[in-house]
Amino acid sequence: MAYVVQRPELTLKEKVYLPSILSGLKITFGHLVKTLKGETKVTMQYPEEKWDASLPEHYRGAPTLVRDERGRERCVACQLCEFICPPRAITIKPEEIPAENQYAKVEKRPAEFDIDMIRCIYCGMCEEVCPEQAIFLRKDYAITGITRAEMNHDKAKLYELGGVFQGLVHKWNPEK
Amino acid sequence: MTAALLANIPWEMLAWSVAKAVFIIFLVVLPLVSYTVYAERRVSAAIQDRVGPNRTGIPTSLLGFKKDIQLFLGGLGQPIADAVKFIFKEDFTPAGVKHFYFWLAPVLAMLPLVSLAFIPFGSTFLGEKMVIADVSVSVLGIFAVTGCGVYAIVLAGWAANSKYPFLGGIRSTSQMISYELSMGLSIIPVLMLFGGMQLSSLVEYQAANGWLLLPFWGKGLSLERWLMLLPLGISFIVFMISVFAETNRLPFDLPESETELVAGYHTEYSSMKFALFFLGEYVAMIVGSALAVVFFFGGWHLPFIPNGAGEGGLSFLNFLPDWIWGIVNIGVFFGKVTVLLIFFIWVRWTLPRFRFDQLMRIGWLYLFEIALANIFLTAAIIALTNK
Repeated sequence: MAYVVQRPELTLKEKVYLPSILSGLKITFGHLVKTLKGETKVTMQYPEEKWDASLPEHYRGAPTLVRDERGRERCVACQLCEFICPPRAITIKPEEIPAENQYAKVEKRPAEFDIDMIRCIYCGMCEEVCPEQAIFLRKDYAITGITRAEMNHDKAKLYELGGVFQGLVHKWNPEK
Repeated sequence: MTAALLANIPWEMLAWSVAKAVFIIFLVVLPLVSYTVYAERRVSAAIQDRVGPNRTGIPTSLLGFKKDIQLFLGGLGQPIADAVKFIFKEDFTPAGVKHFYFWLAPVLAMLPLVSLAFIPFGSTFLGEKMVIADVSVSVLGIFAVTGCGVYAIVLAGWAANSKYPFLGGIRSTSQMISYELSMGLSIIPVLMLFGGMQLSSLVEYQAANGWLLLPFWGKGLSLERWLMLLPLGISFIVFMISVFAETNRLPFDLPESETELVAGYHTEYSSMKFALFFLGEYVAMIVGSALAVVFFFGGWHLPFIPNGAGEGGLSFLNFLPDWIWGIVNIGVFFGKVTVLLIFFIWVRWTLPRFRFDQLMRIGWLYLFEIALANIFLTAAIIALTNK
């Protein structure tokens, strides 16, 4: 069924249109003044101002490797993160810890640990799967580089980003 | 022939004319154009709750320094960067354009600059009148020159040999012809009241007898002038609307309405040729504002400020040499023009665009008739009060 929509009858004020222009100008002037006085919240000036302070606790930034409070590396090169990684960004080359090392009991450690940050999708599955709490997603979000090699985070870089993480880790526990 | 002609002109006059032309075009109007573009971007940003271009300074970081130098307010280097960009862009000429006219159109787009010659931009400076061509029919001169401005758009639209420029050109032609009519007619009450067409003496009249829209001193306190406020107010509104239409500003920017016509008549232009259209549009805006200032707001005059000969101001201000007041008058004029330019920008970011039939109806059915009736109203008031 067809409807006939009646056009609204305009008052004289609306027909003349100039009063409407004036009220429109008033609105835009209000916005102008508010912005100039700094009352309006405007775009953040990125490189000078950053989100860093207000990032939430659960923020998923770049994945990093962490050491414990005594500077020992937590990773045991079990390669679970390598297997779970959906875009296959992680490459681990494990090695045996030599017998004369005081931590020989741990048996295995990563000789090389590479994360290709071009591939990484920041999903956090590596963090979830890690039995040793060795890999964590930290709050670095501006991962940039001008070559592919720069975008490949090796072990040293990952430890540098990760720093020290305190808390319970099972593998150093003598009772275990 | 030219040499003989030049020999008859006194060289002081020639030198003054050249000096004034160089001053007004290269030192005032072209910088004003670039910074109007910048103001347009900043004001529109503020109106829309954004920041706008606030980064471009003097690019010392190109030379290996840590930071760019920022002038007062961030982003004041933007117009320079824009100009450099335009110069270095590829100047592409599409196949199938009519080359001669395609090149001619952007040149004609700068024609509004010529009409600046007739506008008195200051009182006197060292005894010289601050107007390039002080002819007795300057109003006619300005309308003649701005009337030619439509050729740039027509030629651009036609020579590009492409549908969007063509439609934009046609729209613009009809729009400019229609609104030129009401613009010319709206000014007639001013000329009737003043009784002449020389803009410099119109401003002097306003300085002595009150601005046309603010008649608070001299003859301005007479009954006639206060009654005249009604027709002058009407003619001011009609004039401003026509200027908006003539300069293709929103709400009358149908010739280049992006949603329908890509970019309108300059769709096929690139690089500096496009920039000339862009500049021409802003120069036309400046000319329009300057005309409104000269006709209705007293030109270079500000109450209590003496003119370039040291007359007409508060007496204690006369301790300064007269030429300083000549410069102040020029500053006052361009200050008023700037205020109107900001108004242009403000309106642009407030109103939506008219439909084409609405545009034609406003022009022919309302503004034209109003301007015409206004002339009779003015005549009646003048006849009644001058018994």
